[in-house]
Amino acid sequence: MAEPQPVLEMTGIVKEFPGVRALSGVDFRLFPGEIHALMGENGAGKSTLIKVLTGVYSLDGGTVTVDGKSVLFASPLQAQQAGISTVYQEVNLCPNLSVAENIFIGREPTRAGRIQWKRMRKEAAELVDRLGLDIDVSAPLSSYPLAVQQLVAIVRSVGTGDSDGEGSGTKVLVLDEPTSSLDRDEVLELFRLMRQLRDEGVAILFVSHFLDQIYEICDRMTVLRNGTLVGEHMVRDLDQVGLIELMIGKALDQLEELHEHQLRSDVGETLVQAEGLGRTGGIAPFDLEIKKGEVIGLAGLLGSGRTELARLLFGADQPDSGKVTIGGKQVSMSAPNDAIGAGVAFCSENRKAEGLVPDLTVRENIILALQASRGWIRPIPVAQRDELVAKYIKALDIRPANPEARVGQLSGGNQQKVLLARWLITQPQLLILDEPTRGIDIGAKAEIQKLVVSLSEDGMAVLYIAAELEEVLRLSHTIGVLRDRKLVARLTNGPEITTSRILETIASGEHQ
Amino acid sequence: MSATTKTPTVPEGRTASQASPVARLLGDRRLPVLVTAALFLAMYITGLGRYQNYGFTEPQVFLNLFIDNGYLLVAAVGATFVIMSGGIDLSVGSVIGFTTMFTAWMVERQGLPLLLVVPLALGVGAFGGFLMGYVIHNFEIQPFIVTLAGLFLFRGLCLVISKESISISDSSVSSLAQAQAQLGIGFLSIGAIVALVVLAVAFYVLHYTRFGRRVYAIGGNEQSALLMGLPMGGTKIAVYTVSGFCSALAGLLFMLYIQSGDPLHAVGMELDAIAAVVIGGTLLTGGSGYVLGTLFGVLVLGLIKSLIQFEGTLSSWWTKIATGVLLCAFILIQRAMTARKQT
Repeated sequence: MAEPQPVLEMTGIVKEFPGVRALSGVDFRLFPGEIHALMGENGAGKSTLIKVLTGVYSLDGGTVTVDGKSVLFASPLQAQQAGISTVYQEVNLCPNLSVAENIFIGREPTRAGRIQWKRMRKEAAELVDRLGLDIDVSAPLSSYPLAVQQLVAIVRSVGTGDSDGEGSGTKVLVLDEPTSSLDRDEVLELFRLMRQLRDEGVAILFVSHFLDQIYEICDRMTVLRNGTLVGEHMVRDLDQVGLIELMIGKALDQLEELHEHQLRSDVGETLVQAEGLGRTGGIAPFDLEIKKGEVIGLAGLLGSGRTELARLLFGADQPDSGKVTIGGKQVSMSAPNDAIGAGVAFCSENRKAEGLVPDLTVRENIILALQASRGWIRPIPVAQRDELVAKYIKALDIRPANPEARVGQLSGGNQQKVLLARWLITQPQLLILDEPTRGIDIGAKAEIQKLVVSLSEDGMAVLYIAAELEEVLRLSHTIGVLRDRKLVARLTNGPEITTSRILETIASGEHQ
Repeated sequence: MSATTKTPTVPEGRTASQASPVARLLGDRRLPVLVTAALFLAMYITGLGRYQNYGFTEPQVFLNLFIDNGYLLVAAVGATFVIMSGGIDLSVGSVIGFTTMFTAWMVERQGLPLLLVVPLALGVGAFGGFLMGYVIHNFEIQPFIVTLAGLFLFRGLCLVISKESISISDSSVSSLAQAQAQLGIGFLSIGAIVALVVLAVAFYVLHYTRFGRRVYAIGGNEQSALLMGLPMGGTKIAVYTVSGFCSALAGLLFMLYIQSGDPLHAVGMELDAIAAVVIGGTLLTGGSGYVLGTLFGVLVLGLIKSLIQFEGTLSSWWTKIATGVLLCAFILIQRAMTARKQT
């Protein structure tokens, strides 16, 4: 590729937060008509770099030039006006407004201050049409699923700047983890749109944890580690192993180690026995036996009832049939409190909404469940508390290792670790992990998986839910296969069990 | 889910065209307004049947709803802006009370002409709202607390002006208060006409200006609105300024209606305004609703009052009880609607 002038060039970017140097002297450039991946572990500084670029954060050092002109963005609006638009992981649109309004709000066509609704809808429809999408622009945004909302967010970004038919339009489109909650077909639709925009000359910055997606769609990548630049490569020149080594800064040994790892073969006596447990509209009645030290992996498509099964075992939803015995005693399971009392812990897949309290500190979040189980009358002695927290921060390698840090400021992987620490501290007998590795990077993923193995060695039973079959296969003694809200098979893990075997079971829906 | 998403741009079974008529109606944002309008109509027709021999059939009874509740309508329109943006304004009643005191004192005790006092009073109300909005935005404090402070502040200022009520005998005030616009079937007072003009302006602003749409956007999702590059701070401050202005205007109308200033006028009227807005179908969490709904909310509250008057035997406290029951019912409807959207 000849070296044309970059549309965007960031040089020596420095950004500091109290106590943390998030970016130290990062260089970054983006050429027109390319899809550029920004890679790095959680906490490497990807989000910070994007927020500096889009004007959410002010920068503490370095320069940003757009089309060769030095710029300084004080707000997202200024960045947008300079042609830099962002689509975030969580769709940042207003669900109460129509699709057309979401595309145009802030720059609606007006005449004498009066919004021209007809013209707005017409232009929105044209824009949507030009991008090859089929969306009714007058419908409220909330009537569409998340994937479509995300596409609307991109349409909005593309439309920014040419509301009057003039102006240069979007030059740089930043996509921050747009694919994390989309299924395969939705991802393909997104990629089609990205390629179309690239061919129109837009520079696209793409962030994703899915390496396969990076290799499918991107032309070039920049890798960050601990807030510094470790390299800029053409995607075709760097294979996945090389990339991962760049990202985590060490060879893949620690990942390989896990593959070699022998699961503890001798599981103990029965811990949890569910008989005919079920809930209408949630999951069909199932029997499940979990032994001490056993890891049970749940495999199945999104929406096949994996989470519903776990929620029943935790009492988060009330079963309308069946019974559960834990350690020989029947448990009523009418509320999570019953399950917690019986030694069950549940790490939700939705760590933001259902697990962590972002405004409390790491220490407070970790101590929450233990304190709750003791009751408010008996506070945990300060010394014991600090010791426990320090122990788990160290054991799980939570970064920053600062018990006073607010959880909301931690990266996704570290938030997940805090949530884990909270439940581990209560020393549960059964730990339910619902998608613990979703949206976190490969290094943290490996750490969490190793942790599961060692917990199982210590005799803890683990119910493990993950979207990636390899993950389930690698960790579990027993694999429960779900399909259409029904537990259809239980496979004992062994050499003959492969991902394709599991996929067959999911597809055929019967135990073979 | 996975097998059916060949074309992800088509929502599955969730577009308006595919849903059943009932689901469509339940999903429609206009439903609460329609329900309120239908309720008003039903109550009015009941009144026509029940009290036809007592003069309820006179068109003037209907017009009186506007005359007797014009000040509430204006205050509720201001509150609609605030609630639509996801906030709340508790200072409404106090600002109304203060405005009656302020104008009465200026006109009666200081002898200033009404023409000068009116813009001054409106300015004070708007400035109060601006200050509250400024504090809410710049110091990121809950609107509930800030406007609660405003409530106490303005009520206290009433008493600073005078502890006694001041009746107004100024001729320009009484001629304004008695002026009537003949409509053929009856008449409207100045206050009612002002209220309807305010309503029309509010409708235009909310639906046809960028400011109005920003109010909806902020109420829908404040964080998104910020990231979409909308000028949030200005909009928020403006919303409270509008509410302050409307409260002061409502105070002037109330003063015209009652022809006195009293430090205890309009105590708790902010709650009537909020009730009218909610009964009118605006979500308390913001982002959804119509200012026309607020009109029906005020009319329903007004009609309850006049029905109870026509009944004759009921104590006026039944108004409050009926309002409470209605409010409860409407909040449940809203809940049902938002619950539906989440599934």
